[in-house]
Amino acid sequence: MKKFIGFVKKEFYHIFRDKRSLFILFGMPVAQILLFGFAISNEINNVDIAILDKADDKNSKEIIVNLKASKYFNVLDYLQSEKEIETAFQKGKVKAVVTFDQDFARNLQRPKTSKLQIITDATNPNVANTITNYINSIVVKYQMVNLQQDPPPQLVQSESRMFFNPALESVYMFVPGVMTVILMLVSAMMTSISITREKEVGTMEILLVSPLKPSTVIAGKVVPYIFLSLINAIVIVLLSVFVFQMPIMGSLFWLSIESLLFIVTSLSLGILISTLSSTQQTAMMISLMGLMLPTILLSGFIFPIESMPYPLQLISHIIPAKWFIIIIKSIMLKGVGFSFFWKETLILVVMTIFLLGLSIKKYKIRLA
Amino acid sequence: METTIKATNLTKSFGDFTAVDKLNFEVEKGEIFGFLGANGAGKTTAMKMLIGISKPTAGDAMVANYKVSTQADLVKKNIGYMSQKFALYDDLNIKENIQFFGGIYGLNAKTLQQKYQQVVENLGLENYVKQLVKNLPLGLKQKLAFSVALLHQPKVVFLDEPTGGVDPITRRQFWELIYEAADRGTTIFVTTHYMDEAEYCDRISMMVDGKIKALDTPKALKKEFGAETLNEVFLNLAR
Repeated sequence: MKKFIGFVKKEFYHIFRDKRSLFILFGMPVAQILLFGFAISNEINNVDIAILDKADDKNSKEIIVNLKASKYFNVLDYLQSEKEIETAFQKGKVKAVVTFDQDFARNLQRPKTSKLQIITDATNPNVANTITNYINSIVVKYQMVNLQQDPPPQLVQSESRMFFNPALESVYMFVPGVMTVILMLVSAMMTSISITREKEVGTMEILLVSPLKPSTVIAGKVVPYIFLSLINAIVIVLLSVFVFQMPIMGSLFWLSIESLLFIVTSLSLGILISTLSSTQQTAMMISLMGLMLPTILLSGFIFPIESMPYPLQLISHIIPAKWFIIIIKSIMLKGVGFSFFWKETLILVVMTIFLLGLSIKKYKIRLA
Repeated sequence: METTIKATNLTKSFGDFTAVDKLNFEVEKGEIFGFLGANGAGKTTAMKMLIGISKPTAGDAMVANYKVSTQADLVKKNIGYMSQKFALYDDLNIKENIQFFGGIYGLNAKTLQQKYQQVVENLGLENYVKQLVKNLPLGLKQKLAFSVALLHQPKVVFLDEPTGGVDPITRRQFWELIYEAADRGTTIFVTTHYMDEAEYCDRISMMVDGKIKALDTPKALKKEFGAETLNEVFLNLAR
């Protein structure tokens, strides 16, 4: 036990004396969560639009006022003719143009006739779609409130409610994802690099020749990273709660247990990678290409798994991050108990046991 | 004399390939034993078996009175090892390295402190105690690595090409440390590519294709092969 403590102490010297790993350990989580929280966002805010108001009557003016009043749009320009629309888009200053027909007010009373046109810059289709929907809803709302008119009879009036994320804050979606990526990065990449570093500089040989058991060596390498990963997880949760006001609906107990489980899964992946690579560079490349990319792309973090082609959906099943994201979304956003995510937990446990077994076996082969 | 290493038909094969073929030799206490051979001759494989990190396919060896095949853990406790790569932690200082490496052999804090002062004094490292090991000159690093390998007073020290990349003067100084250790009764088992180094050994063995082709004192070997230098002996055998 004393030898083990000495080992862990040495490991912390390595970590705290290496500026690069310190940065990855503590800079990355904060930078990532702030980036994803503030910069990358699915919401639209302050979108510049232009208006082509050929009607110039009471109704059109009221709608324009409503558009201006919403926090989503800035009316940047008033166009005079259709010809100017394309130029406006080409200049790239506006993302959408709203045009009103000459007989807008008269036609407003008759359903089925086009009264208002929304033209969007679809170089980014998602944003274009969202803008269209937002403008639509402002117009429909105006119709209902100011004209006391029912929506056109052929339309089904749907009323939507967003569960678990009522304000559609994209940071809610990113926090579980970022947490997953960070834990994966810190646990798998950092451990694999730190183990291969010992191989590269030759100290691993000395350790293997020493009376230390290989299992003690591995445990000594891994324990500091479990500790640091947990600290990272706590920092991420604190940031999301206090900076982004994200509520944690479920139990913190399960959140910690599941995070710990995922950390161990990632660590066993890290050990496995270190048995496969003999240089730090290889370990880093395998971690980045083999772990980070699938974790970001195939885990459902950014792209929904349901809309992937079937083969990719199958691959996503073997990505541990997918299951962890489902679990922490359930805990953080839905606030459900263990009975709702025991299956996913079981899958992670089985994966972890398999990976640990495999890496221990690999190590033994290397020693034989 | 007491025997500290005794190999009996020590063999290692990987599939059909026999890397080490029935080695038989003995090394006595306090002896400096040179283990020579071309690259790929099986030196490293043989050494790995002797230090207990690789199991023999057949035969066995006694190292410090323990069998490498079944008592590898006890063998490891009683040997020291230094490899061709400089193998201390660069980002730790001298004291931290000594504490760590001594600690994994179970030395207590008091002994470690004593050893630390002793090493600093012997090697004249006073000016470097506050620095990380990466800032030490290569020659000093190697001497320090050797002293670290001796911390737990092992019966045998295995040196795997210990002086690679070092100038002749430093190499000479390094060998003085080796002689001192041997005089205190530590057995030295050293692999090398430098023939001048081989001359310093009490006895040398030359390995070719997994077998020991010659084993004797440098002087006797030169006489046996009618050669002026060990280099000629080596070239004769390896061809």
